[in-house]
Amino acid sequence: MTDFSRRNFLVTGAAAGAALLLLNGRGSSLLADAKHELPKLPYAFDALEPHIDAKTMEIHHGKHHAAYVKNLNQLIEDHRIENLPLEQLLANNAKKISGDFKGTFINNAGGHHNHTLFWSTLAPNAGGEPKGELADAIKSTFTDYAKFKETMTLAGMTQFGSGWAWLVKKPDGKLEVYSTANQDSPLMKGDKPLFGIDVWEHAYYLKYQNLRKNYIDAIWNVVNWDEVGKLYAAK
Amino acid sequence: MPFTLPALPYAPDKLEPHIDKQTMEIHHGKHHNAYVTNLNKALEAAPNLANLSIEELLADKASKVPEAQRQAVINNGGGHANHSLFWVTLGGNGGEPTGKLGDAIKSTFGGFAQLKEKMEDAGVKRFGSGWSWLVQKGGKLEICSTANQDSPIMTGDVPLFGIDVWEHAYYLKYQNRRPDYLKAIWNVVNWDEVAKRFK
Repeated sequence: MTDFSRRNFLVTGAAAGAALLLLNGRGSSLLADAKHELPKLPYAFDALEPHIDAKTMEIHHGKHHAAYVKNLNQLIEDHRIENLPLEQLLANNAKKISGDFKGTFINNAGGHHNHTLFWSTLAPNAGGEPKGELADAIKSTFTDYAKFKETMTLAGMTQFGSGWAWLVKKPDGKLEVYSTANQDSPLMKGDKPLFGIDVWEHAYYLKYQNLRKNYIDAIWNVVNWDEVGKLYAAK
Repeated sequence: MPFTLPALPYAPDKLEPHIDKQTMEIHHGKHHNAYVTNLNKALEAAPNLANLSIEELLADKASKVPEAQRQAVINNGGGHANHSLFWVTLGGNGGEPTGKLGDAIKSTFGGFAQLKEKMEDAGVKRFGSGWSWLVQKGGKLEICSTANQDSPIMTGDVPLFGIDVWEHAYYLKYQNRRPDYLKAIWNVVNWDEVAKRFK
């Protein structure tokens, strides 16, 4: 799972790091110029067809998510925001961020975190049902997988306007399903997001138009339960 | 008295190429239609409100509506009011507002170009779903934006022209390029209709 601290060179690599050093005329530490990066999609744009169409994946990742990353980096630079992981910056309703740009910070930091999780918890040739510890927890919380899907589907359907439906792990380890508006993240309430369904219209409109229910029904075919299970099991 | 979906005052391809035919068909026939259906459904639980107009229902943040139905009436009643205004204030030939409204736009904003710039900016800055508005507030013109289907009627303002910035309003043709949609829509505004609402 991508480390959300700015000191993340997994994606940019050493070569880019060297380039930053060369380009940095201010002479400040190399690490202080580290930025958030748009993660590469772990699969091709058409990998989730026919459930999610290639064009949507291309625009959703390359335009929408890319814009959140760009805006986030600009905010960090403009307001000299602390170099901390997003989980910490978003915690307690982004308590560490003060100023009239707080809302904009939440929008773009949340957008970056939410979408990074989204790409990594979807996969081709996936779907099916969760296994192991997560499967047990889903059973004991929601009765069975079908009821869990129904609950999360309803959360997605009843989120009016833009937002996300979430499966989260609470601080006490319990599972919960709810929705958030816009790019608000469960991190803001101290919950650990495990899987989110983006219900902004941009996530489904090209293929499904107004039929949000059909999109949600389809997305279960591409959930990467192995990855979600790992997130659940992690301390 | 159930609310009904008003007919589009023009063919769905009338606003081409600025707003595409498929979007008009779905936007009107599916999205607006659903707001009307869901509004009527919400009001079934509040029969004493049956004879109120949409303006009366939405007034004062829909305070007349029982709390249990209030958000549904705001969402769907707002959706119905907003889209009803949208269709009639589109379908024109664009151009510039004249007469009393034109003068007021000049004296309030400096000119039509400034109005467009401010309204486009409000549309771009509205994060998520919502509307950009030209309203009359206590007699004066103002530009603002609202979230989701919130209507200026809720705060006692008179909506004159609204630009829907929910992604469903532009995604099929413009995808993420909301600014391009905002620039294009000026070509199809019906300023006569907008002016009718300006007192």
